[in-house]
Parts: sequence; C-alpha cells; structure tokens
Amino acid sequence: MSGRVLVGVKRVIDYAVKIRVKPDNSSVVTDGVKHSMNPFCEIAVEEAVKMKEKKLIKEVVAVSCGPQQAQETIRTALAMGADRGIHVEVTGKDYETLGPLQISKIMAALAKKEEAQLIILGKQAIDDDCNQTGQMTAALLDWPQGTFASEVSLEGDKIKVVREVDGGLETIKINVPAVITADLRLNTPRYATLPNIMKAKKKKIANMKPADLGVDITSRLEVLRVDEPPQRQAGVKVETVEDLVSKLKEAGLV
Amino acid sequence: MFPASRYSTKAHKCIRALKTVQTEHAAPQLYTTLHRRKCSSVSTPRITTHYTIHSRDKDSRWEGIEMERFADEADVVIVGGGPAGLSAAIRLKQLANEHEKELRVCLVEKASQIGAHTLSGACVEPTALSELFPDWKERGAPMNTPVTEDVFSILTEKHRIPVPILPGLPMRNHGNYIVRLGNFVRWLGEQAEELGVELYPGYAAAEVLFHEDGSVKGIATNDVGIAKDGSPKDVFERGMELHAKVTLFGEGCHGHLAKQLYKQFNLRENCEPQTYAIGLKEVWVIDEKKWRPGRVEHSVGWPLNRNTYGGSFLYHLNEGEPLVALGFVVGLDYTNPYLSPFREFQRWKHHPSIAPTLEGGSRIAYGARALNEGGIQSIPKLTFPGGLLIGCSPGFMNVPKIKGTHTAMKSGMLAAEAIFPKLTAEGLDSETTGLHVPEYTEALKNSWVWKELHSVRNIRPSFHNYFGLYGGMIYTGVFYWIFRGKEPWTLKHAGLDANQLKPAKECTPIEYPKPDGKISFDLLSSVALSGTNQRGDQPPHLTLKNDSVPVERNLAIYDGPEQRFCPAGVYEYVPLETGDGMRLQINAQNCVHCKTCDIKDPSQNINWVVPEGGGGPAYNGM
Repeated sequence: MSGRVLVGVKRVIDYAVKIRVKPDNSSVVTDGVKHSMNPFCEIAVEEAVKMKEKKLIKEVVAVSCGPQQAQETIRTALAMGADRGIHVEVTGKDYETLGPLQISKIMAALAKKEEAQLIILGKQAIDDDCNQTGQMTAALLDWPQGTFASEVSLEGDKIKVVREVDGGLETIKINVPAVITADLRLNTPRYATLPNIMKAKKKKIANMKPADLGVDITSRLEVLRVDEPPQRQAGVKVETVEDLVSKLKEAGLV
Repeated sequence: MFPASRYSTKAHKCIRALKTVQTEHAAPQLYTTLHRRKCSSVSTPRITTHYTIHSRDKDSRWEGIEMERFADEADVVIVGGGPAGLSAAIRLKQLANEHEKELRVCLVEKASQIGAHTLSGACVEPTALSELFPDWKERGAPMNTPVTEDVFSILTEKHRIPVPILPGLPMRNHGNYIVRLGNFVRWLGEQAEELGVELYPGYAAAEVLFHEDGSVKGIATNDVGIAKDGSPKDVFERGMELHAKVTLFGEGCHGHLAKQLYKQFNLRENCEPQTYAIGLKEVWVIDEKKWRPGRVEHSVGWPLNRNTYGGSFLYHLNEGEPLVALGFVVGLDYTNPYLSPFREFQRWKHHPSIAPTLEGGSRIAYGARALNEGGIQSIPKLTFPGGLLIGCSPGFMNVPKIKGTHTAMKSGMLAAEAIFPKLTAEGLDSETTGLHVPEYTEALKNSWVWKELHSVRNIRPSFHNYFGLYGGMIYTGVFYWIFRGKEPWTLKHAGLDANQLKPAKECTPIEYPKPDGKISFDLLSSVALSGTNQRGDQPPHLTLKNDSVPVERNLAIYDGPEQRFCPAGVYEYVPLETGDGMRLQINAQNCVHCKTCDIKDPSQNINWVVPEGGGGPAYNGM
C-alpha cells in the first residue's frame, strides 16, 4: 500500500505541570504554562514515520488545530520525520470550545482533500481524556477503525490491528482506508533532535481556517464551570468493630 | 573571634588537595568495598551511571554504536537563554543590522521554553534594559510594577524592628521595578527572535569542544536515549555540535560547563572562590484586601541566628491579579549541617508580620536557585581563546542590593560589543582558531558594573565577625553609606562554602515546626508545584565521583546535609534492603536545577551535569 498518512497532533499542557483553575472557574490557566505534544500523538507520529521508513507509505502529513503556538507542535512532528504540516488556525473563544466533534469533522475534510489512505491519531488527549476523535472521524468518513492499537501491521490492502481491550488483546483485520488510534505500547517515540529541528524549519506548514474546509466549528457543548478536585479529607481511625459499625450507621451507609 | 577559616588561597588549596586525596581512594567499580571499616565490609550499590564518570570507551555495551555527531557552523554560539545570553544575542544582532553585516547567532537553552528555568525575586534596575532598548515600554516589556513602598525590618521570634532605608543605602529601591523575571526573559526571547537570533530551547549544551590548539571550538548538545543504567536504547541519538568563532557561556550561577572551563584554562587562579546563597521562592494569590501593589519588603534576623547570612523578600506585584512573590535566601556558608533552608523558609512565613498577608491566600508556584554572593573578589578571568563568560556564571551580582539582572544584561551587551568588531574584521590575525577577546574584560572594568561592584565589595565579607549580622550592618552603615565604599582595603571571604560545615556531633539539630498546610507546606507538594520533571529512564545527572563517599563521609560525619539543603528532595538516605546500614537514593527526577548540591557538598563529591534538554522545572513567570 502506498499513499498518504494523516497524523493528528495536539498541543496540551505538559503532564508534569500542576494544573491551576482560573479564579473565575471558567477554565484552566494556560498562559505561559509549559505545553508539549500529547504523549499519545507522539506515539502516533512515530508509528507513521516507522511505516514510511519501511517504505509501506509515501508521505506523512502532520495536522494540528489551534492558535499560532500549534505550529511548534507541528514542527516537533516534522523533526520526528513527518514530511509536511497543516495548521488549521482556530483562536480565541473558538479554540476554547474546540472539541472532538469539530476536530473529527476537520480531519474528515482533510482526509478527503489530501486523499489520505490512513489516519493515525493518539487514543486520547491528556487534557480532556475524551477518547472520541478517532472514533468520530471514522464514522464521518464511513471508514473502519482500529482503536487502542498496540500493534499495527499492513498486509496488502488490509491492516491487522492488535487492540488493548479490558479483556486482554483483540486482533482485528480491517480494510484500507482506515483510522487507527495509538495506545501506549504501540512504540517508543524517537526524540526530536536538534539537527532535525533545524531541518524541520525548511519543511512546509500549510495554513488554513476551518471555513476553508467547509467545516462549521460551533460547539454543541457549553462549559458551565471548572473546579479543582475536592481536597482529600482525612480519614478516621477506629479501635473496634463496634465503633466501625456505629460510624457507618451515623453516615447512613448501613 | 576572627574565624580561623580565613586562610589564604594557597593554604586552602593545600587543604583541599589533602581532602581530595582522601576521598579518591576507592576506584569506581561496580561494588565498592569499604576496607576502612573495622566491622564487616558493606557493599555500596552502584549509584552513578553517567558517562562523564564511567567512560563509554571501555564499556562493552557501547561497542559498535555510531558516535559520529552532526555539526553546524555559526558565527557566535551562546549557552544559556537568560538575561545575559539574550542581551548578548540581541546586542550582536543590533550591531549587525546597524553595520549591515550578516551574523549567525545561535543560542541553546536547556529549558523547554525560554524563561522556564528563570527564577528571581525580582526587583530590577532598568538601567541595562534602557541601554539595550530605550523604547522598552513601547515594545511591551513586562515591567509593570514600579516600586512604591520600601520596607526593611529585623525580625525577632515575635516582633519586627523597622530599619529606615535612608537614601544612599544599597537596599533602596526607588526607581526600580518588581518584575516576574521569567516573563521578562520570555519577552527578551521574543525580541531576540524578531531580530533573527536562532533560539533553540529544549537543547542543553553538554560538552565544550576544543580546537587542536586548545581554543574553544563550540559546544555539543546532550545525547538522548541513554537508559538509566548507562546503556544505549533503541532511540539513542548523539547530540549535535555547534561550532562558532566565539562561544559565550551564560549558564547562570554555578554553570556546569563553566566549572570545566575554570579547570581547563585555570581561570580562577587569581580570584577568591565564589561564595553562594540558596534562594527559595513562592508566588501566592492573596486576599485583595491585603494587596499593596508596588510594596517591597525585606527582612533579616529570625529565623536565622546572627551568624547565618540570609533574609527574606516579599514583593507585591501589580499585574491584575493580587499576586505576591516572596522568598527566603540563606548564605551557603552556614555551619550547622542540620540547617534546612527550605524549612527555614516555611517557618519564616509564620512570623506575625508576614502570616497575615498570606492568610486566605493560596500558593501557586514554588522554586529554588542558588545565587552568587562573592562579588568582585570572586570574579574569575573572564576570557579564554574561543570564548568568554557572561552573567551570573562568573557572577556580577550586587549582593547588598540583591540585584544581578542589570549587571548580567550589561555584561552580555559589553561582550557583544567587544566581539563584534573581531567577527566582522577583514584580515583578522588571531593566534588561535577560536577568537580571544580580552577587550571584553577591559570594557567591563571601565563600565558602571565594575564601579558598582567595587563600592559594595566589603559588605558581604563584613558579616564574618563575632557579631555576625549586626557587625555587618554597622560596617555597611559606616563604610558604604558614609564613605561610599571607598575604603582602601578589600576584605576576604571565608573560603569555599563546602568547607564551612561543622561535623554533626558539634552541632545541635534544629527543631522545625510541622507544616500546617495553609501557610507552610511539606517539601514534596512544593516540588510538585515547580512542575519539574526529568525523563525517568536516563542516567541520574547528579553524578558522584565516588559512590561510597556519601554514606562513608557525608552521612557519617555531617549526618547527610544533602537531605536538608536540597530544595527538591533529590537526596534521601534510606535503609539498605538487606542488612544494616544506609544508602543514598538519588531522586533525579525531582531536580530543579538549583546547583546547591554541587556547591555545598562537604566532600565536593557531587558533580551536577546537565540532564536531557527540555526537562527540569516548568516555572511560569518566576
């Protein structure tokens, strides 16, 4: 199978940073906070680049939706081996309400425009934990999906995907074109080293807006409030079983 | 009682050499047996796996691994994206544009983004900034809080003694700005990029490269993909070499490459050893009713005793939210190994004059960094063939003012101005392939930086007297305020900070109060707030020259002071899994890159080297 692979990469707050809720409880503080590429997106990029190195596909296109800074994330993908990038510019209020449904519409539109044969995404983003974009994209395109992939192998015009599911591992065979979402054990992403970052500066990143793709990004969801998780309350130590039972009765639990 | 530790530099060198001979006894092997113990021999588990201690040349796991590096050429390479490095880069590009010359300036910075490793009070004098960008206000420099109130106090356990800050005293802040230095550095980075400087955050300079004639050729960035045990992983890749005609080293206080350069070029033979302090800082959102934007508060005294140098700062920022930046500085020449700078900071916050400001507020940031206290006496030789030192790395901090940003920036600018003519000169006759620019030192000596540092040179050393803090304050009042630092003598420091610790049995443990979770906090939740992380699977970057010295010496004689002076909980003495005894556990992932351990280790056994770039703290506007 030769062809083009689209990889979605999302710029998220770095996993080691302590999150702070804005004083007005509208959202989380992002200004000046350290961001990096979503770890599952790194795995997705690595998988696409590996396929290209094995000459199974021809071109890897990295896609990111967001404000100006999303270009840094695309550059990292380019430094890891993607050939070119597409930056779909979404800013301000639109960016705050951007979610899986809009992204999947954008990815579907791009897949048609770029005549992609494979879309690889991370299984979920570490900021919203939605785990929806891959599945919605496949549905919109009416393509098969191989989600939570821990192993992907191309066999002619079919793809064998080993999926990590609650019961263990499930192996499926799906037709191309398809959507794959990457799980943790799919691969170990390579580093974006400095010589590659320098080379990546010469690779092209195309700019466009969602409207250029005919996509309406109005949100169907309204965030009412964001709160920190409740502080963990101290527990109570009891001496005897009778104490325990009476405490449970007090709390109305028995 | 004059401290006996004020030996001459020569005597100190002898003592240091003797100490080194003692500790270099055991050769680094996989398991080191302690023959000196009378009881059964204890094996030290291998702690250090870094290739700077265990060379890869003789390591069988590295056979056949491609070690060739990609190299690129620039005119100037700058190590460190702080105020000094960025000012130098900006000044170079300004000169290049003025004279219509092409200049490739590359800057590498170990933080993932410019400003993420910057931590400072900070009360900044805008002098250097106004020279660099006279239109800094129009350009939107984040200097939003002019100082409106200046308060200085001596604290006792329950009370506060106000000290008037008369005009002429170094700690007067009229005309200065309270700044979130991380944001300021980020802004400087944006200005630099606009001028065409190539900024590469996320890449650490790990090695200095040399020409055959011994001059500096440039730097190499860190290798990636080495496992915790020192072996190469599948994703292993060599760092990249950046060659330059001249390399500027602006690594900040106690840079690790600067440490190598001091040895290589003997840069410290005619100056005193650098002395340091550790600064810990938090940012709080406070109750609006308590907020007094522009207010600067400094204190000395409690909880430190009069012989331990240090003090606090509390600045009210004026950037919309009711934010305060507060922190505590402890001189690293303290003698009691039971002292914990972190816990002194936490208990200081409970003082009756400080706690009310914080009540009802919440803490949003924490961090720590070492800072220089040596002043002019500790400035090394600044130039060598192929490179020069700028900023807090050689150390231009004005200690009584506790300001180093303006002098660091000026040093960067002077470096650029000294280098530029040499870079663009046609037919330049250089003795060495790497350019030597001694004109930089001349320019510094003729600038306001030198005048300023000279006038305050005796204030810090004046604390080494029986009356400690009070003697120092009297000295400052007489000789600085009245005589403007013109006295004809120059006092010496007490020597290396690492040699100041007294054995644990000669000192009393300090009883610190438990953190209450509202004003004071425990160490680990503080470290979490710094957002720091180093990828787990890499060799610990806190390398030990000898793995058995921590238990044998630091724990045995000094009760393991590294457990207390590290502001990030990197060093822990834990019981061995089998048998009796303790071992040192290094939690390298917690490291906030403050460099205190490299400075204060009484055995000078810890060598901090740079971990994979992009790690370390994620400070936001610190």
